[in-house]
Amino acid sequence: MKSGSRLERILEAGHFAVTAEIGPPMSGNPAKVLEKAQLLKGTADAFNITDNQTAVVRMSSVAAAALVLGEGLEPIMQMTCRDRNRLAIQADVLGGSALGLKNCLCITGDHQTSGAAGRLKGHPGAKNVYDVDSIQLVSILRGMRDDALQQGGDPLEEPTPLYIGAAWTPLGDPIEIRPIRLKKKVDAGADFIQTQGVYDVDGFREQMAIIADMGLHERTHILAGIIVPKSLGMLRYMNSSVAGVTVPDRLIQRMAEAKKSAGDDKKEASRRQLAEGIKMSVELIEQVQEIPGVRGVHVQAIESEHLVPEILEKAGLLPRPEMSKKEG
Amino acid sequence: MIVAERKPLAEIRSFVEDYRRILILGCGTCTTVSLCGGEAEVKIVASGLRISFLHEGRDSEILEDCITRQCEPEFVEVARQKVKDESIEAIVSLGCGVGVNLLAQLLETVPVFPGVNTKFFGAVVEPGMWLEMCAGCGDCILQLTGGICPIARCSKSLLNGPCGGTRDGKCEIGEDVDCAWALIIERMKSLGTLDRLSEMLPARDWSTSRHGGPRRLVHTEVANVNVQETEGEAQ
Repeated sequence: MKSGSRLERILEAGHFAVTAEIGPPMSGNPAKVLEKAQLLKGTADAFNITDNQTAVVRMSSVAAAALVLGEGLEPIMQMTCRDRNRLAIQADVLGGSALGLKNCLCITGDHQTSGAAGRLKGHPGAKNVYDVDSIQLVSILRGMRDDALQQGGDPLEEPTPLYIGAAWTPLGDPIEIRPIRLKKKVDAGADFIQTQGVYDVDGFREQMAIIADMGLHERTHILAGIIVPKSLGMLRYMNSSVAGVTVPDRLIQRMAEAKKSAGDDKKEASRRQLAEGIKMSVELIEQVQEIPGVRGVHVQAIESEHLVPEILEKAGLLPRPEMSKKEG
Repeated sequence: MIVAERKPLAEIRSFVEDYRRILILGCGTCTTVSLCGGEAEVKIVASGLRISFLHEGRDSEILEDCITRQCEPEFVEVARQKVKDESIEAIVSLGCGVGVNLLAQLLETVPVFPGVNTKFFGAVVEPGMWLEMCAGCGDCILQLTGGICPIARCSKSLLNGPCGGTRDGKCEIGEDVDCAWALIIERMKSLGTLDRLSEMLPARDWSTSRHGGPRRLVHTEVANVNVQETEGEAQ
C-alpha cells in the first residue's frame, strides 16, 4: 500500500470507485463544511476538497479536508500550482499528512483571470506562481513518498504516505496531445486520474481506446468525470465556454424539451430540467462504466452536493463497499 | 526588441509640473522602433507639455533630444553634458526602464522620470502589433519546443503543457491570446518531432531568471581587460 487510503484500497481491490466533490466555503466557518460532509457521508469513497477553484479565495483545501476527515469521510486534498511554489506545496502536503490526509490531487489551476469564469471579481491582479506544473508536482509527491526526498534533493525525515492523483481532459484541444499528456502524468507517478466532465461518451470512448492501446489504463486508475447538468443554460454554457467539454446536441435537445414541457411555469421548468439532469447523469455513469479501462466515476454537482446521493443511488452505486483497513 | 508604450501625457505632466527646465529624452533604439520613444515621440510629448503648461501660464522650458541608446554610458554622456550645459532640472526619459535606471545612475542630482511603460521582449507580428516572445529566463529551452517559448507565451509558463484550458487554439485567459502549446504542437507536428513532447521536463531551476535575484553578465574577454587595467593601476 502506498498510502493505505480508502480510495487506494477500493481501487486496488478492483471495486468501481466513486468520488465526489466538496467545495469549501467563502468563509472560515467550519459548519458549512461539516454540513456538506454529513449530507454526503457514505455516498462516495473519497471527496475532493477543491483548492481555490476557478481562482476564487475559499477556505484552504488542507483545512477543509481535515474537517471532512474528522466527520469520518475520506478527503482528497487538492493542490493547484497557481498559488504556491514548490516550498509551499511540499510544506502543505506534509502538513496535510500530519492531519491524516492521504490523497492528493495535483492540478495546474485556472489562471487567476478566471474569477469564477467572470461571475466574481476574483483576483485578476494577483501574481501567479506556476513554479512547477501539475506533472512535475506529481513527480515531486512521488519523490516525497517513495524516496523520502524533497524536490531540491534534501531528505525528509520519513517518507510521506500519499495516493497521488492528477486530472485529465481527454477531449481537450489539441486532442492528439491528450493521450501523451496522460502518459506523462502516469510516468510521473499518478496513481489515479479524474477526468474533465464527460458528455460526449463516444469521443471519450475513442480516447480511452487510444490510451488503453498505450497500456495506460493498467498503470493508473481512471475515474470518468460526471458534471451534473442542472439546466439548459448550464449545458449550453459548458458546451460553448468550458474548455475540453463538448455536449452532444442530443443532450441539449433533451434538456430544451424538458424546459419547454413546463410551459410558462418557471418553477416547474427548473424542476423538470433538474430531473432531466439527474437522469442524464445516471445514464452517463452507466455508459462510462461500460468503457474498458474506466475504474470509477468522479461526480461533480457544483454548489448542489445534495443531488449526489440520489444520482448514485439511481446508478446502483450505493451503498459503497465496506473496506476493512486490512483489505487489499 | 524591448517593447514599450507611452504613458498618458497627464501622467507624465504630473511628474514634472514643479520643474522649470525639462528635457524630454528619446532613445534611438528599441522605443524608437516600438513607436513610443523616438524623435517623433519626443516632439509629441514636448509639444503636449508646452501646450499644457502654456495654457496655465506656467513659465517653463521644454527641451528635446534623442540619443542613440540610453542603455550605454558613452551615449548617455552626450545627454549628461547637455543636462549640465543647459541647466536641466528634470528629465523625462522615453527610453525603456533600463534607460531610466542608467540615467538615474549617471545623473547624480537631476531627477529622471519614466515617459513610457516598458512592456516585454517582443516582435512585430503585423504593423502596429507586437507580441511577447521571450521572457529572458536565462536558460533557453527553445530547442525542445520547436522554437516557440512556453515560458513567455503560455499564461502559466507550463513546461509540459497544454493545460486543460486551451480551446480552438486559444488560451483560457482570452480569445486574443494564442495557446503557446497549441502553437508548439502544430510546429512540432510540421517538423515531425511531436513524439519528443512525450518526455517529461522536470521542475525547472528558475535561479537563472529574475527569481535568482538581479542578474549580472560578465563577458570575460572584454571584462578581463578592465580588471587587469584596474589591477595595474592599483599596483
